Amino acid sequence: MLLDFSRIGLCVTLAVSAFSAHAESVGDPDAGKKVYRKCASCHMVGDDARNRVGPNLNNIIGAPAANIDGVKYSKALKNAAADGLVWDEAALNAFLEAPKKYLPGTRMSFLGLTKSSERADVIAYLATYSDSSIAPEAGFSVSPEILAMDGDVAYGEYLGSECTTCHLSSGANDGIPGITGWDEADFVTAMHAYKEKYRDNSVMQMVTGRLANHEIAALAAYFKSLGN
Amino acid sequence: MTINRRKFLGATVAASAALSAPMALAAGSGKPRVVVIGGGAGGATAARYIAKDSKGEIDVTLIEPTRTYYTCFFSNLYLGGFKEMDELGHSYGGLAAAGVNVIHDWAIGVDRDSKQVTLAGGAKLTYDKLVLSPGIDFVDNAVAGWDVTAQNAMPHAYKGGSQTELLKAQLAAMPEGGVFAMVAPPNPYRCPPGPYERVSMVAHYLKANNPTAKIIVADPKPKFSKMALFQEGWANNYGGMIDWVGEEFGGGNVEVDPNGMTLSIDGEVVSVDVCNVIPAMKAGKIAEIAGVTQGNWAPVNAADMSSKADADVYVLGDASQQGDMPKSGFSANSQAKVCANAIRGALTGSRVFPAKFSNTCWSLIDTDNGVKVGATYEATDEKIAKVDGFISSTGESSEVRKATYLESEGWYSGITADMFG
Repeated sequence: MLLDFSRIGLCVTLAVSAFSAHAESVGDPDAGKKVYRKCASCHMVGDDARNRVGPNLNNIIGAPAANIDGVKYSKALKNAAADGLVWDEAALNAFLEAPKKYLPGTRMSFLGLTKSSERADVIAYLATYSDSSIAPEAGFSVSPEILAMDGDVAYGEYLGSECTTCHLSSGANDGIPGITGWDEADFVTAMHAYKEKYRDNSVMQMVTGRLANHEIAALAAYFKSLGN
Repeated sequence: MTINRRKFLGATVAASAALSAPMALAAGSGKPRVVVIGGGAGGATAARYIAKDSKGEIDVTLIEPTRTYYTCFFSNLYLGGFKEMDELGHSYGGLAAAGVNVIHDWAIGVDRDSKQVTLAGGAKLTYDKLVLSPGIDFVDNAVAGWDVTAQNAMPHAYKGGSQTELLKAQLAAMPEGGVFAMVAPPNPYRCPPGPYERVSMVAHYLKANNPTAKIIVADPKPKFSKMALFQEGWANNYGGMIDWVGEEFGGGNVEVDPNGMTLSIDGEVVSVDVCNVIPAMKAGKIAEIAGVTQGNWAPVNAADMSSKADADVYVLGDASQQGDMPKSGFSANSQAKVCANAIRGALTGSRVFPAKFSNTCWSLIDTDNGVKVGATYEATDEKIAKVDGFISSTGESSEVRKATYLESEGWYSGITADMFG
C-alpha cells in the first residue's frame, strides 16, 4: 500500500487523547515531530538523511531490521534480523517502550518512551518518511469477505450525504478530515473500527453504529470515486 | 459535478425574467418543477441536492429574500468574540452555479390547488413539488410586554444577521457592573442548547471586558439541553456571574418593559442594561399561509418530509413537526437530503433509498471548551424516531474539549459547503 499518511494522521488528531487506549495503532505525526527531537541527536530522517551514530530512519516502517549497508549494528539486532524481525508498527512500539528490555545487547542507548501516546506519535511521524504506511488500524481487522464486498456507488452517494454535513466533499481538511479518494479497504476498516468502538469519536461511533456491511462498502466505493 | 454552461446561463436568464415580469415561471419547459422557499440549512441543501443530483432533469427555483445568508448557528461565537460576522455570511452564487434558479424575493402566497407560489414582487411560480423551509417566527404575545416592534430595545437575536450584531453592540455598551438578562424560550424551539451557549459566550465576553457584570436568565423550563455540562462550565469558568432562574422559581412568569428597560420575574422587577428576549416560536409564516400548519408547526410524514396536509408539499427543518429530532441546522440539512432523494424519485423515477437522519449539536462553553450531543433517527409510521445517541461527559479533559471545539469548526465548514456549494 502506498503511503497516504496525511489523512491517517489528520483523522486522529481530533481525538488524540482519546486514542491513548489504542495508541499503539494510531498517532499524530505533528506531535510525533516534537517527540522525535529525542531521537534526532543520533538518527536523521528526511531528504538528506545520512547515517550518523544511528542509521537514518527513512522507510523504517515495514523495513527488515538491520538492513542498511555500512551501519554497525549490534550483534543482538543482527540476530533478531536473522530471525525475521521487521520494523512494523508493533515491533517499533515494543522496542521504543524499553529498547534494552526488548532487545538486550542493542547499541541504542536510549531509555525509551514510556508514554504510549508518544510512541504512537513518533511512529506516525516516522511513517511520513516511509513508503509503507502503517496500517491505519493495526490490531484491528475486518474479514476478507467484508473487504471484498462490492459497493453500490449510487447508494453510497445517498448515504454519503450524511457524511458531507461535516466532511468536505472537496476532500479538504478544515478541522474534520477529508474522506474522499481513500483506498476502499482502508475506508471499510476505519468505518468498522468506529462501529466496533475501537476508534474513539462519539459522532463517528454513532453514525457507523447503524451502518450495515453493504452500506459501509457503498460509502467506500462512493468516496473512492470522488478521487483525491 | 461539472457545470453545464448552457444550463447555467439559462438559469440566470430565467431568474432575471422573474424579477422583471410577473409570469408563471418555467411553464412550457417540460421539466418537472420544484420550488423551494427559504434558503437556510433545509432549503438551500434541498435545492442544491435536487439540482445537482437530477443533473438538469428538474427545474429548481429557490426563493430567499436575503442575498447574503448569515447562519444562526455559530452566531453565539460571534457574540463571544470567536468569530467575525463576515465568517458567518454566505452567498447563493454556488447554488446558482449548481443550476438552481435563485430568486431574492419574499414568498407571500401559496395556492395549493393551482400549485402556485406568489412572490412579493408579483411573480407567480408554478410547481410540481413545493419545499417549505422557512425557519421560525415568534408566537404573538408570548412574552408579556414584548412584540417585534420592541426588538431593537430588546433583541431576540434568534435569526442570524442584524439582530445578532445589535445584541453584540448592546453587550459591548453595557455599563460596568451592569445586568445582561435573557428571557429563554419554552419548548420546542430552534437550537435547544442555543440560549445556554449564548449565556456562556456572553459570560466569556463579560469576564474579559466587564467582570463585575451579572447575567440573569429567566427560563420557563425546569431543565434544558446539556444542562449538567453548561452548569459545570458556568461554575468552573464564570463562578457567581450567572443566575439561572428556572420554572421552579418563577422563571416562566415574566414581563418586560422595553421602554423602562426592566424585567419582572415572578413579580420581582429588575433593571436591566441588555435584555435578550427569545420568545416562544412557531413555523415561519409562509407555512401557515400555505395551510400546512396545525397549531404552531407543520406536521410531516417521516419517510420523506411531505406535509400531512398535502403530498406535493414538503416541510423541512425548524418549521416541521416531525417527532424526535431537535430543531437545528444539522437536522434541517439531514432532513433535506432525505426529502431531495424522495422528490427526485417521484419526479424522475430515480432510486429512492430509505430515510436516515442524524443530528449533532456542538456548543462552546469557553475558549477551547466544546461539548456535543447527537443522535441518529429513523422514519416510522408515526414520526422520526430516535435510534441511538451520545452526549459529552462532565469532567472531560481539556484535550477532549478542545478536540470537540475543533470538530465543531470542521462541521461549520462542512455544513455550509454542503448547503451553499
